[in-house]
Amino acid sequence: MDIFLVEAIVNGILLGGILALLALGLNLIFGVIDVVWIAYAELVMCGMYAIYWLYAVHGVPLPIAAPIAIVFVAILGVLVHKLIISPILGSAPINQLLATGGLLFFLQSFATLLFGADFRNIGLRLPIVEVGELFVSFARLLAFGVALLGMLGLWLFLKRTYVGTAIRAIAQDREIMVLMGVDPSRVYLITSALGGGLAGLASALLVLQYDVHPFIGLSFGPITFMICVLGGLGSMVGGFIAAFIMSQIISVGGFYTSIELSYVLAFLLFIVMIFVRPQGLFGVKS
Amino acid sequence: MLEVAGLEAGYGGFRALHDIALTVEAGEAVAVVGPNGAGKTTLMRAISGLLAPRAGRVVFEGTDLAAVPPHRIVERGIAHVPENRRLFPRLTVEENLKMGAFSPAARPHFAERLEWVYSLFPRMRERRAQVAGTMSGGEQQMCAIGRALMSKPKLLLMDEPSAGLAPVIVDQVFDLVRRIRQEGFTVLIVEQNVRQVLELVDRAYVLEVGTIRKSGTAAALKSDPAIREAYLGI
Repeated sequence: MDIFLVEAIVNGILLGGILALLALGLNLIFGVIDVVWIAYAELVMCGMYAIYWLYAVHGVPLPIAAPIAIVFVAILGVLVHKLIISPILGSAPINQLLATGGLLFFLQSFATLLFGADFRNIGLRLPIVEVGELFVSFARLLAFGVALLGMLGLWLFLKRTYVGTAIRAIAQDREIMVLMGVDPSRVYLITSALGGGLAGLASALLVLQYDVHPFIGLSFGPITFMICVLGGLGSMVGGFIAAFIMSQIISVGGFYTSIELSYVLAFLLFIVMIFVRPQGLFGVKS
Repeated sequence: MLEVAGLEAGYGGFRALHDIALTVEAGEAVAVVGPNGAGKTTLMRAISGLLAPRAGRVVFEGTDLAAVPPHRIVERGIAHVPENRRLFPRLTVEENLKMGAFSPAARPHFAERLEWVYSLFPRMRERRAQVAGTMSGGEQQMCAIGRALMSKPKLLLMDEPSAGLAPVIVDQVFDLVRRIRQEGFTVLIVEQNVRQVLELVDRAYVLEVGTIRKSGTAAALKSDPAIREAYLGI
């Protein structure tokens, strides 16, 4: 097989890991709170700026800057829920979309105000790993590995702990949670913090590969949303699988055509899927 | 143990219950019977905190439950087996039981209570890893009762445990309820199946169109001509 094709497949898998992480965060929030955070990728942008500011501007070492950024974005997640979602939880879904959509523009503008529209780079050059004839970026390998670990950690949390079990249960029967002794508003807050934390983790992995700028969220937000819909909104397993399907279309499709056209292919598949199977691959809601 | 007085509750503009008075003493089994739409489920929901009463009091062991946040009522010792079971369909049997032990007071006892529930319902042990929504109706009812028992309640509320089940399964469910009684639990049970429920409770209230029309010992109600005609078909 063509070595460049192999490289495209490998890169697709590596990209899939980080997209799966983002999709998981968005799905978690949708599954539990029944709200789509349109500005989810903008939270990732905030995390990237936080690391840039800590590491490149103030010289805080990355292993310290990254956890701070994760906590920072987790707190942002809690604030998004407290300030924006919670007051309009009972209103029509379109209002929640508009409100988090408004947050998207707010965060973009705010970042522009603070950092300008320039592309910022943390200035860290990670090596290229050579496996036989294959060249793979170490930053991507690291991002893939850490993303998988993050997802495994979340899975264990959801599977093993009481709060994690409650998070899975609340999507299945909201009303009855009170009888179990669960305070739903607390579960929502924890879920928002988790969703934010996942975005923070993604930001730490993406800042190693990409320049940060106020509109970086647009590179990941729409594709993450498409992955969630493709997998079935709220289905974490579906999102995970859909992330790897999409990343292969982008990577291998880009190898055969061009990177711009590969996104067109991805969107085409998405549109076809919406007609053929609107509930997504693993959708549970009709 | 439980004292309900002047209770009024409803949904929107609809008043489902008015001026309900009812007591349950420790160790008793009490039934609330009555036709569909009489407000039986509403009564259970008002006691367990799923629905805020509009007026009146629900006092449990000397505490007015109006002052207790709904999600903390289970800690006080009231567990509610809701109408239609309401299991978490995509969680396993064991995960459903785990949710029953969610409150901080119950968590340290999870392992021992799980063992106890499995010894009460050996079928649940066999099905522990099965997704709850794929079980039969009778098994789901068993799981729902087990989930409520995981909090080791002082008072167990059961809403129509026999509803929607085949007659032979209904007998099994009533056997379960009998065993729960023998375990020493105080039970308040709502049923449409008047004949069978009067066989296993001490006292009963007859609820019709949102008010209590009659109350008395199970024996007295069984021999009451009006009850015999309306509910026992004799």
